[in-house]
Amino acid sequence: MKILTVNFLTCAVKACKTSPLSFPLHFRDAELEQSDIGYNPSFLRNILPRVDWEALKVTATELGFTTVPSEKPNLDPAPSNTDLPAPETAMETSEPDVADEKVMRDLHTLLLETEVREGKMVCGNCGHEYKIKEGIANFLLPSHLGR
Amino acid sequence: MEFLIRFVQIHETFHKPEIEALAVLAGVDVDFLSYSENSPYSVVRLKDEASAKALVSRSISSKGIYELWGAGTTYEELHGDLKQRSSSQWSQYQSCSFKFDFDTFSGSRTLSEQRRIIESFKYMNFNGPIKMKDPEQTFTIFEEYEYGKEGGPLRLFLGRFVGGTQRHILNDYTLKKREYINTTSMDSELALLTANLTLAASDKIFYDPFVGTGSFPIACSHFGARTMGSDIDGRMIRGRDGKDIRTNFRQYGLLERYLDGWISDLTYSPLREGRWLDGIIGDPPYGVREGLKVLGTKDGSGKEVVWINGELAHLQDKYIPPKKAYSFEAMLDDLLEFAAQHLVDDGRLSLWMPTANDEDVELGIPAHPHLELVSVCVQTFNKWSRRLLTYRRMAESQDKSNRLGRQKAEIKGTTANDLNSFRRRYFEGFKNPPVLEDLG
Ligand SMILES: [Zn+2]
Repeated sequence: MKILTVNFLTCAVKACKTSPLSFPLHFRDAELEQSDIGYNPSFLRNILPRVDWEALKVTATELGFTTVPSEKPNLDPAPSNTDLPAPETAMETSEPDVADEKVMRDLHTLLLETEVREGKMVCGNCGHEYKIKEGIANFLLPSHLGR
Repeated sequence: MEFLIRFVQIHETFHKPEIEALAVLAGVDVDFLSYSENSPYSVVRLKDEASAKALVSRSISSKGIYELWGAGTTYEELHGDLKQRSSSQWSQYQSCSFKFDFDTFSGSRTLSEQRRIIESFKYMNFNGPIKMKDPEQTFTIFEEYEYGKEGGPLRLFLGRFVGGTQRHILNDYTLKKREYINTTSMDSELALLTANLTLAASDKIFYDPFVGTGSFPIACSHFGARTMGSDIDGRMIRGRDGKDIRTNFRQYGLLERYLDGWISDLTYSPLREGRWLDGIIGDPPYGVREGLKVLGTKDGSGKEVVWINGELAHLQDKYIPPKKAYSFEAMLDDLLEFAAQHLVDDGRLSLWMPTANDEDVELGIPAHPHLELVSVCVQTFNKWSRRLLTYRRMAESQDKSNRLGRQKAEIKGTTANDLNSFRRRYFEGFKNPPVLEDLG
């Protein structure tokens, strides 16, 4: 289970969806594995706006990563699809604090190259444990929770 | 400028929707001047040659695109149209290497006939070397005959080859050579077409909630998307004999684009709220053999905690949750609702659903106020057919408050047979005329 995926997962119990305690799920006995994946800044740039930053910080801390900045990096605006020339005012104001290469590479390592191979994810609201085996999490609910 | 698209006559109802989807991806405007599902030749209007190349560069349903130099119903007409339309262009091709190709549909020409016809175009004065292999320019004479009828061709075209497609990859992706498959694996041609209809591309995240052996994620990742999938059947995700979805991704060199697979049920999805998916593709199980299963017990009981050997049953590894019958229509509604909640603006949902041949085609198409139906493609089998529905997530301001098509199914029955009109009619052999109540 990649850390990027973990950022999109919460408790499967319907009653937990409204509780802020159910997200992110908390790791227990997590065994990590690193793999090598080609660095692709344009994918990161597209996906970072969808990442829940507070949740990512919690997950990273629980797994022992200390490289996540406290604020989500300020990103280049996505290249526009239109072939109209950008108005000059946009050129002046779009000098953002572009996330530096190091921060982006660290995020790439954490989000895409780091995987939880074994362990459990626990809901902070209902306490339900979801097992991860060989990188695969099981979110099927027992019948007493499945309503 | 006018161009001719050379389709391949299989899965014909996918042709036009695929090209229209690719036009969205490539950001080009395409205008169909002539199109018929019965013909492999379609004439379109596009801004320029670059647009034409971009339009079909990842097409699966077509073999290539040609700048249209002439058209007619007889050779006399074709020559006349060619002179009028393109004589100003001839000079720029006078010294390049070239060849002529012949493309006949539903008919044939002997080699000597072909040579004679090609000779009849020599007034264009191409003096460059003729190269059968990798010439700079290829000019193709297209002849379309009426199937099964004697006589000459009905339509003729002359085109200059401009750009190829991705159709040649079908050989690489065929299920025959794939390492991990089962009986539910989607044919690779249809999976790749589905990926095009859903606008799979680089920097996007795609999700398949009925992932099986990963046919759709593989197709989407071929076009650059990062993919994830889940299945209610853990055996699919875990694989067997040391082979699983990852094995397939590795086989195609796409492993870096596979994010994750997990075990879950769409009705109790663990995916968090938010519009963060670019595309959703699914071939929901319609339970012809076993009836659909979702978590929960049929009679509403089974909410007690179960203990086995002093341990909570559901925490044991081998615990298998009870499953209850589920109406296919209700599942489609759940899927549409899920898509509306998770897709980005203009993100797409493609889903496969069965339709009995004798059922009214329009009635069964589910609708959602946030989703616009983009296309309906049909695959016909001997006794039934299935169709691929593709929807676009509208921006909030574009929502239609009125729901078209079938209203949300009311669940009355309790057995799989009661709940699933398709499954029941499948076993009845589609003998009975369609009954409106069946459709909920
Ligand atoms: Zn919970």
